[in-house]
Amino acid sequence: MNILSLFVLIPILMIVGVFLSRSMQAIRGVMMSGAILLLGLSGYLTALYLNMRAAGDRSPMLLVSDMTWFESLNIHYTIGVDGISVLMLMLTSIIVITGVLASWKMNPLPKEYFLWFSLLSLGVYGFFISLDLFTMFMFYEVALIPMYLLIGVWGTGKKEYAAMKLTLMLMGGSALLILGILGIYFTTGATTMNILELAKANMPIEMQRIFFPLTFLGFGVLGALFPFHTWSPDGHASAPTAVSMLHAGVLMKLGGYGCYRIAISLMPEAAHEMAWIFLILTGISVVYGAYSACVQTDLKYINAYSSVSHCGMVLFAILMFNTTAMTGAVLQMLSHGLMTALFFALIGMIYGRTHTRDIRLMGGLMKIMPFLGSCYVIAGLASLGLPGLSGFVAEMTIFVGSFEHTDVFHRVLVIVGTSSIVITAVYILRVVGKLLYGGIVNEEHTKLTDAVWYERLSVVTLILAIVAIGVAPLWMSDMIRESLELFVI
Amino acid sequence: MNYSNFLYMREEISLIVLMVVLFLYDLFAGKKALNFFQPVACVLFAIHTALLLLPRGVGEAFGGMYQFNEINIFVKSILNIGTLIVFLLSSNWLKSEGTVHKRGEFFFLTLSTLLGMYFMLSAGNFLMYFIGLETASIPMACLIAFDKYKKVSAEAGAKYILSAAFASGLSLYGISLIYGSVGTLYFNDVPAGITGDPLQIMAFGFFVVGLLFKISLVPFHQWAPDSYEGAPTTVTAYLSVVSKASGAFVLLTLLYKVFGGLMDQWQAILFATIALSITVANLFAIRQKNLKRFLAYSSISQAGYIMLGAIGGTALGMTSLVYFLLVYLFSNLAAFAVISIVEHRSGKINISDYNGFYQTNPRLSVVMTFALFSLAGIPPFAGFFSKFFVFAAAVDKEFYVLVFIALINTVISLYYYLLVVKAMFINPNDAPIASFRSDNYTRLALIITTAGILVLGVASNIYEYISSISYGM
Repeated sequence: MNILSLFVLIPILMIVGVFLSRSMQAIRGVMMSGAILLLGLSGYLTALYLNMRAAGDRSPMLLVSDMTWFESLNIHYTIGVDGISVLMLMLTSIIVITGVLASWKMNPLPKEYFLWFSLLSLGVYGFFISLDLFTMFMFYEVALIPMYLLIGVWGTGKKEYAAMKLTLMLMGGSALLILGILGIYFTTGATTMNILELAKANMPIEMQRIFFPLTFLGFGVLGALFPFHTWSPDGHASAPTAVSMLHAGVLMKLGGYGCYRIAISLMPEAAHEMAWIFLILTGISVVYGAYSACVQTDLKYINAYSSVSHCGMVLFAILMFNTTAMTGAVLQMLSHGLMTALFFALIGMIYGRTHTRDIRLMGGLMKIMPFLGSCYVIAGLASLGLPGLSGFVAEMTIFVGSFEHTDVFHRVLVIVGTSSIVITAVYILRVVGKLLYGGIVNEEHTKLTDAVWYERLSVVTLILAIVAIGVAPLWMSDMIRESLELFVI
Repeated sequence: MNYSNFLYMREEISLIVLMVVLFLYDLFAGKKALNFFQPVACVLFAIHTALLLLPRGVGEAFGGMYQFNEINIFVKSILNIGTLIVFLLSSNWLKSEGTVHKRGEFFFLTLSTLLGMYFMLSAGNFLMYFIGLETASIPMACLIAFDKYKKVSAEAGAKYILSAAFASGLSLYGISLIYGSVGTLYFNDVPAGITGDPLQIMAFGFFVVGLLFKISLVPFHQWAPDSYEGAPTTVTAYLSVVSKASGAFVLLTLLYKVFGGLMDQWQAILFATIALSITVANLFAIRQKNLKRFLAYSSISQAGYIMLGAIGGTALGMTSLVYFLLVYLFSNLAAFAVISIVEHRSGKINISDYNGFYQTNPRLSVVMTFALFSLAGIPPFAGFFSKFFVFAAAVDKEFYVLVFIALINTVISLYYYLLVVKAMFINPNDAPIASFRSDNYTRLALIITTAGILVLGVASNIYEYISSISYGM
């Protein structure tokens, strides 16, 4: 069996295991061992991938295997990875394991919670390994629907509203995707659903003009493309901690990844033609998201809007169509994934203690919980792009790459986009100053305790990953660049 | 006359024998033996279903009056499976006071309608088709009014028979115009006489109403919500699945085989009815409080999706339509299984009654959720695959706009399906429906339907089999 299929098989086994578990200990055991296996597998896969590339394997996708599923419609279960998907799988594994740790004390209905959680991760893993349009889309939808119950049942605040809004908007996006996928399939002659072969097929430009916007918007909704980002703040704010982590950390990356892998790779001519519309929209996402974050008072909302801004940057860079900017986009996906997960984990831990997320009602937490406070500062610094942490590497690459365009339109957009870095600094420092270093607002808070072991483990793992990208980004960007060049656009 | 022709009508004869046996059993068996009436009927019917699965060739009998081919047989098997599940579901209801003395009638009437559907499916002549349609409709009215002591049930039956009679009248008028214009009623000979002159278009317009009514497509859907709500839940299940499935497939074969010459016209008609059915029914479904009414509107919109398969006139379309019927059968019957057992045990039928249902009856809630997700078209449940395939069939013939309308509506439909899921899992309730154990028949039905929902999509063999026996225009 192909090693990649294990990424689907292990979550299935986790679902079965959790289903059969009788106690909280058993559930934790199953989830932890599954998550550790997945992390190990991702590590092994990364090493395997690098070795195969070093040995001179230049095919665009490695470890490809293929199984016919619905023969009459040319639907196959085709899997394979390139550098980008390997890194995405690694990211997913890190977020899954930290997510499990962050929901260590899940209550109520832990069993059901972890069942849906595993199903969600199953969808994400399946999406990143698929090379078949149909299979990929199926996994995409598998990842979306658990969100409804995860937010609706275990969320906080206006959870029912947020869950419904999120589900319907994302499903609206996937409705566009179905049409896009079918359009791609039938206008290329209805012979294959394989992405690699479709990329070679010539799709008539007038059809591309119809289906490119559909597909790009379809994935763009999940990538928080303005004006379809409104599900994101509500959804993230209401979701339970680990779900916010998984959703902002990984699920939103499905959007960017899909935009690149399907919309742009399969319909490059239309993509070049229409890029300006979407560049403007993503530019608005980047700046508008950052400005919105400045005026929020709920910690989760701040972070959710910051996600809109950072994810907008991913789509922004992808639409620049040059290797440097696109490498930056993938780095940004990794960096944003880790750093948002860290933020949401920390916010969840703070909220679990103070029972409020309103920054006006908290202050001076650094003295009370120094560990969580310092970690929050690190996350903040990564977010505003401090050299040595992941955010700097990603944003630097994006803006350098984007600036290679010499025309006025692109230059202006890049300059506007860059301004978001400054605004990011404003809202991050505002929170850090008020929340951590200000005077103690609520005397009750002085009795609170700092993080416990599983929380520390979760947070430290994420920080290590962020630092790793920041300190040694070269091997990753080489991996990405190579994959981008091999998968000809 | 060559009597050996009767041998071709294997499934009809088997069904008639079954009816006679059950009739005699009901008539002569003692009181004690009658307690086993339902299990005996189920077992006999299961044997009948299994017999029908045997492969058989293609051909016709009685000079083209009666036609059979593999896909017909397959659709008959789908109907059989649906009927069998409905029989399993009927146990609680049939044991209740007021129904127990006429349980035999339930089986005869149901089997008579099924016989009518068989004739419709195998018809090779408009008269044969019309006899089948009527045989399927009239006993159906009796079934809907089965709880005649309940006002709603009697009213629903009356509504059904009146609108059915009207629709059949129009249909018959259409048939007479076709005869006047073409000079024959045989399906094999009509296509040669179709020239596309206005009289034939009008004839087709009248004729098709009968079937649109049976499938309950907008604007011929008005009877459906009232009849669904008033009828006994078991009958509603039968009506929404088996009756609809037979109508949809018959319409498809007639369009393909007989009215191929009027393709432009029927594509325009289908386009309008599909778009209307899906949209109107979805908008109405959002506001429903009664779960049976809710599923009535949901099934009207599902009928729109079903006919998306037919609009292209391709083999892919036929495959996707039959596959959709199969998947829809399992999904809808799973939902009805839960509703009927809950209604029987607690008498509650409103969506708000299901608040907090998960706390007391987790398994039933999960089955219901699976069923609704499958109806909404969410993977990994079978409904996702069937919906994707009907969309593929329509996109294949470049009905982009129609598919777009349908896709927007899947989002709307997801909203109202989620409302039920929300009621069961999220909404708080101080006094949820009490916890109860299902009886064995219902449990068996739940297991069969759930297995269908989970397996049909992932196991591609079934789809491939349908694909191998489908044909295009």
